[in-house]
Amino acid sequence: MTDIIHLEAVAMQVRRDIIRMVHACQSGHPGGSLGCTDFLVALYFDQMQLDPARFTMDGIGEDIFFLSNGHLSPLFYSVLARRGYFPVSELSTFRRLHSRLQGHPATMEGLPGIRIASGSLGQGLSVATGAAWAKKLNGDQHLVFVLMGDGEQQEGQIWEAALHAGSRKLDNLIAVVDYNGKQIDGPVDQVMPLGDLRAKYEAFGWMVTDFDGNDMEQTVRTLQQARQLAFKGTPQLLLMKTEMGQGVDFMMGTHKWHGVAPNDEQKERALAQLSETLGDY
Amino acid sequence: MELKIINYQDTRSGFGAGLLEAGKRNDKVVALCADLVGSLKMDAFVKEFPERFFQMGISEAQMIGMAAGLTIGGYIPFTGTFANFSTGRVYDQIRQSVAYSGKNVKICASHAGLTLGEDGATHQMLEDVGMMKMLPGMTVIVPCDYNQTKAATLAVAEHQGLVYLRFGRPKVPNFTPEDHPFIIGKADVLIEGTDISIFANGHMVWKAYEAVLRLREEGVGAELVNVHTVKPLDEEAILRSARKTACVLTAEEHQMNGGLGESIASLLAQKQPLPMEFVAVKDLFGQSGTPDELLDAYGLGVDDIVKAAKRALKRKA
Repeated sequence: MTDIIHLEAVAMQVRRDIIRMVHACQSGHPGGSLGCTDFLVALYFDQMQLDPARFTMDGIGEDIFFLSNGHLSPLFYSVLARRGYFPVSELSTFRRLHSRLQGHPATMEGLPGIRIASGSLGQGLSVATGAAWAKKLNGDQHLVFVLMGDGEQQEGQIWEAALHAGSRKLDNLIAVVDYNGKQIDGPVDQVMPLGDLRAKYEAFGWMVTDFDGNDMEQTVRTLQQARQLAFKGTPQLLLMKTEMGQGVDFMMGTHKWHGVAPNDEQKERALAQLSETLGDY
Repeated sequence: MELKIINYQDTRSGFGAGLLEAGKRNDKVVALCADLVGSLKMDAFVKEFPERFFQMGISEAQMIGMAAGLTIGGYIPFTGTFANFSTGRVYDQIRQSVAYSGKNVKICASHAGLTLGEDGATHQMLEDVGMMKMLPGMTVIVPCDYNQTKAATLAVAEHQGLVYLRFGRPKVPNFTPEDHPFIIGKADVLIEGTDISIFANGHMVWKAYEAVLRLREEGVGAELVNVHTVKPLDEEAILRSARKTACVLTAEEHQMNGGLGESIASLLAQKQPLPMEFVAVKDLFGQSGTPDELLDAYGLGVDDIVKAAKRALKRKA
């Protein structure tokens, strides 16, 4: 049985970590990170079959996850550390010289949990298709997850990958779009409207499910359902409605906190809204 | 010491034969191709190992990303398309998903250089070696003939790490003995001489050999070194030859900027400055024509190599 209360407590601590990490180095991307926190916590603490103590690059015999929108690195690092991939104390080195916690996720420094570099957008779905094929060739009945941004859907490579996965019926692949409707220059609907994203993916041969990614119970239920629908002949896309900046009132409802660090006073105001559930790093 | 022509074959067929053999030797070898199976001579692999072949359609960015993903799970992917679509079109995908991520992907590029011929400048890739050699960790190999391309393909399959393997379209002299070992990063001295060192790779090795014979008639003893691996550069072999002859010429089917000559010039500038000339494309796009017409038109013919050698010799103190 999934303990929703526990997952919410983990998510609360992860949000604190994100604010503190971005504040400490005065750089990074808090908005999208806060928005996707519930999803990534549900994935790593409840839904994925994995073994943090025995991380291998190949990930044979376990589910694997790729972060395509690499600027959500503070979220990814916090979840990995809290899940036991590396010491939480290392979160204090985020974006510092010689840290394994690079500005955007990287493999070169050997940080456990990271299997591909990301940051330049649009590449993660392609990488995920390759990892999904490797699982099929290996007879490995586990899933490949990938998270993308909604603005990222403007990259052409995404649609090459979507065509490939749909045409080739890559049914061990579950892609998630963080549908917060915001990107750096403003609302997605103004910068470059995506139109009917559900219909587009369906036309490419995907099964599409909508859900509220800031509702932990719904997120868990959606991921459980996606697992049941895997290996049935189509890749799956989860259209995840989120609020950029979720959990910190003054960061919500605007695209302005996409890539801006809070100052001292803003950090305190944010942390006052996020209780310390697991102990700060 | 003479080179003997075994037959005339295209280097891309050497790749095809090597890929098939690599697939037989190691069941982790997989191949991806962006709608150019016939051109890349991958047919035999496709027929023998259909479950390990991925037809990508015309989606090169997806091909490179997917290849990176296939390494996660233990596979050794070989991607195949023309040199232009293997590099320039997908530079950022190679940079981030392959090079920076340290993935064991083999990027195999055919129809490189002017000798692609009639298709013209859009397809005549002359900047690929430069782009690839700049990426940290990338190995760059430009074999000279069918047998060497086959041997290089097999060596690449066994090598752990990202590789750019460049070959071409036309049938050219195949002269490397079938049993000649291919060692990544080890240049081959083909002809020994004491007056000038000619460092060449790819199709230009045979052209340079013809120039060596012409120079010999005029009493010049040229040393010919096949520098098939542009990176890592065989600094020891190059310096040994250059110190002996004190005079250097490079020949390659690539822009002078970013090519083999540039790498050797950089080495010599640091370790042993010497008179040096370059046979390469000088900051120009190609055009339509037959391979030999194009090599002559862009200053890459046998005559041009002989003239460049004489210029270098004249500068020798």
